[in-house]
Amino acid sequence: MTLYTSTIRLPRQRSHAWKRLGESTLFAIGFPFLLLVIWAAWSTAAPATFFPSPVIIAQAFVDTWIGPAFVTDVLPSLGRLALGIILSIVIGITAGTLIGLVRWLRELLEPLLEFFRAIPPPVLIPVAMLLLGITDTMKVVVIVAGAVWPVLLNTIEGVRSTDSVMTETARSFAITRAERLRYLVLPAASPRIMAGVRQTLSVALILMVISEMFASSSGLGYRITYFQRNYLIAEMWSGIVLLGLIGVLLAAVFSIVEKRVLRWYHGIKEVERA
Amino acid sequence: MAPSSTRAVRTTRKLALGTAGIVGFLLAWQLIPALGIISPQYLPYATDTLARLGEEFRDLEFWRNVGRTMLAWFLGLMIASVAATALGTIIGLVPFLRRATHTTVEFLRPIPSVALIPLAILIYGIQLQAALVIIVFASFWQMFVQVLYGVADVDAVARDTARSFALSRSERVRYLILPTALPYLMTGLRLAASVALILAVTAEMVISNPGLGRMIVHSQSASDWVGVYALVIVTGLLGLAVNLGFRLIERRSLSWHQSVRGEIVL
Repeated sequence: MTLYTSTIRLPRQRSHAWKRLGESTLFAIGFPFLLLVIWAAWSTAAPATFFPSPVIIAQAFVDTWIGPAFVTDVLPSLGRLALGIILSIVIGITAGTLIGLVRWLRELLEPLLEFFRAIPPPVLIPVAMLLLGITDTMKVVVIVAGAVWPVLLNTIEGVRSTDSVMTETARSFAITRAERLRYLVLPAASPRIMAGVRQTLSVALILMVISEMFASSSGLGYRITYFQRNYLIAEMWSGIVLLGLIGVLLAAVFSIVEKRVLRWYHGIKEVERA
Repeated sequence: MAPSSTRAVRTTRKLALGTAGIVGFLLAWQLIPALGIISPQYLPYATDTLARLGEEFRDLEFWRNVGRTMLAWFLGLMIASVAATALGTIIGLVPFLRRATHTTVEFLRPIPSVALIPLAILIYGIQLQAALVIIVFASFWQMFVQVLYGVADVDAVARDTARSFALSRSERVRYLILPTALPYLMTGLRLAASVALILAVTAEMVISNPGLGRMIVHSQSASDWVGVYALVIVTGLLGLAVNLGFRLIERRSLSWHQSVRGEIVL
């Protein structure tokens, strides 16, 4: 039996705090910096058409994305991405909780879910284009159709694996259904749900790009393909960098949210490990 | 009731309900165009699509395309998993390297692999190599991160024991690190396999190197919608086969491991 208590952590006396801080910054930026220097040196020593130097890419980045392109291309993409992610999470958690709690429903849908999850999401783009035309709705639908599965399936699993002793305790204390959902089922499933959300984010980003590469006259995916077709190499690289930055930003926001939502869970893990 | 017969009843029930789910889905699919909710022009009848699927299965060119897609998938997965295992083991075992590469890994990992498609096209053109760049980049990280965690997860007591028994380096890798990392490795491989398939098909759609993805795009531009739906089902079946196959491999190779043993007992 593990005793779940909150641990109070006293700030450790750090005499070498500054030294350690400097060391970890050095570790954090040292290797990326080294890579950039090598890349820059390489591209000046032996200029390759498809690999311009980081300086040129940075210049192209500023010229291309800062200004009107931000409003016409970046913002609409980000809007569709955000909408797609939010819808995926909401639909995934709602449907997942329902399917996880109702056993016959789960058994009814299980083979279908297995199949639909296995469909590579980009192949849905032609189908969505046929049914919805080349619209913003279609792009959001494609994002949701591909990105909902990790949250959905993880929620089902998480809800299913709620500790049975706790469920029975809740029942014998006559806790209402809504309260049980709020205080027992969802918190118990939340580590799994968050693991699903993490995958959902990356799938959604991929689908945003792909759907724009396919059928669009604006957006990041469209722009990057346009640059490539017109041999604007540095601009194309700047688009790749921008997509990378969006990916990194999403991951960073996610880890902050996860830390807050799952603070209790990480706390328990730490106590168990100690 | 004896536990074995309870289990039998449960399995039958699961099977029956699962079949009912599939039949219900096909019925709904047949009824939606039949009742005119969506025009049959846009959503072809389930029966037509399945008949088309049967036709495709008798076509050699279709199987060649399946083969091309699966070849790209297999090569990509192989390259990614070998590279990820080698690099992950080395970096995971050396604390200095782990610290030094941490930010780089965290930065590179979330970059959507499809962002590299234009670059891959420029460098390799409409070829298998261009698709491989995308597939390898996407599945490498899945595997790499798992290997990194797995190698670092060695139990402290086991490690100290190994040291006090003076196990050599190769013995430690063989008897200590590999068994610890194997569950992580298999999870990574399963994830990487499904990601690799997604990217294999995606690459064919966007780069248009030959394969199922290109077939879908061709059917789409020929307004052969029955064909598009049939091929979507084919990709789903392939994905399903990959998922189930790797789950099986995972179970087999980890039959000695607590997590799998526990599952079977229950």
